[in-house]
Amino acid sequence: MNTPMNPHTLTLPKALITLLAGALFGFGLSVATMIQPEVVLGFLRFQDWGLMLVMGGAAGLAMLAYKGFPNWFKRPLLGGQFLTQPAQWNRQTVVGSALFGIGWGLSGVCPGPAIAALGTGNTDVLWALAGIVLGGLAHALTARE
Amino acid sequence: MTLIETLFPLGWQHYLLGGLTIGAGVALLYLFNGWVGGMSTVFSSTWSYAFKRPFLQQERFLSSRQWRLVYAAGVVLGALVWRMALAGGEAQHTSVPVWQLLVGGFLAGYGARLGNGCTSGHGICGLGALQLPSLGAVLTFMGTAFLTANLMRLV
Repeated sequence: MNTPMNPHTLTLPKALITLLAGALFGFGLSVATMIQPEVVLGFLRFQDWGLMLVMGGAAGLAMLAYKGFPNWFKRPLLGGQFLTQPAQWNRQTVVGSALFGIGWGLSGVCPGPAIAALGTGNTDVLWALAGIVLGGLAHALTARE
Repeated sequence: MTLIETLFPLGWQHYLLGGLTIGAGVALLYLFNGWVGGMSTVFSSTWSYAFKRPFLQQERFLSSRQWRLVYAAGVVLGALVWRMALAGGEAQHTSVPVWQLLVGGFLAGYGARLGNGCTSGHGICGLGALQLPSLGAVLTFMGTAFLTANLMRLV
């Protein structure tokens, strides 16, 4: 009998892939210097358009993956199913994104680079990580759903 | 100066290479595991270990909270490998004032969770999946970030 498996179940092989995927993400952020708030702020001040190449390169490969793999393979190579995460356009998305942008423009740090700071040893950026952790908590404790 | 030098005074190759590496990580996670690798959900799902509020006990957080922590650990590992292999082991620093990091971080964390995504969730995964709401989110946070960063230069 086939019992439907939770598609998020973390087996050891899946954990290793997840770790490797995260490592590529963190390494790529570092190579692209997105871990330096000054570089991000330079983009936001129209001094350097590099961030467009970073986001474009990453989103381009992501598009190949999201549009291609479900056509080429019946299911993910380690089992489960190809999940989708539909975004919604509503007041929360607008207000949340606007606030996110203000925080990003103030600090030059977004969630990925904040986490990466634990690896680069950037203790200054850990202030931003602390802020993000607390901001996530403030949302979690006030959100209604 | 050529156009390329004007747009990318620090060079462009490392930006594209880094972006493609990030994309390879996102693609790998999808190919093998079928998961969409935005970064900010971990800042909600992890709190589900500590608080029993119904919002946090949603299936979408409980079911993915383990792998999201592993994914975050991978980001730390990848950044550490970069530091040891390419940055001479030096710890990195920034001159952005602490209050901007802390307050900006708080707003970014709250906003990313309210808006269900950040630069990776909407910007890389959402745009990659050709989702219009994510394009709206990206244009919104780019707009307020441009404004904020430029206003801060004036003060």
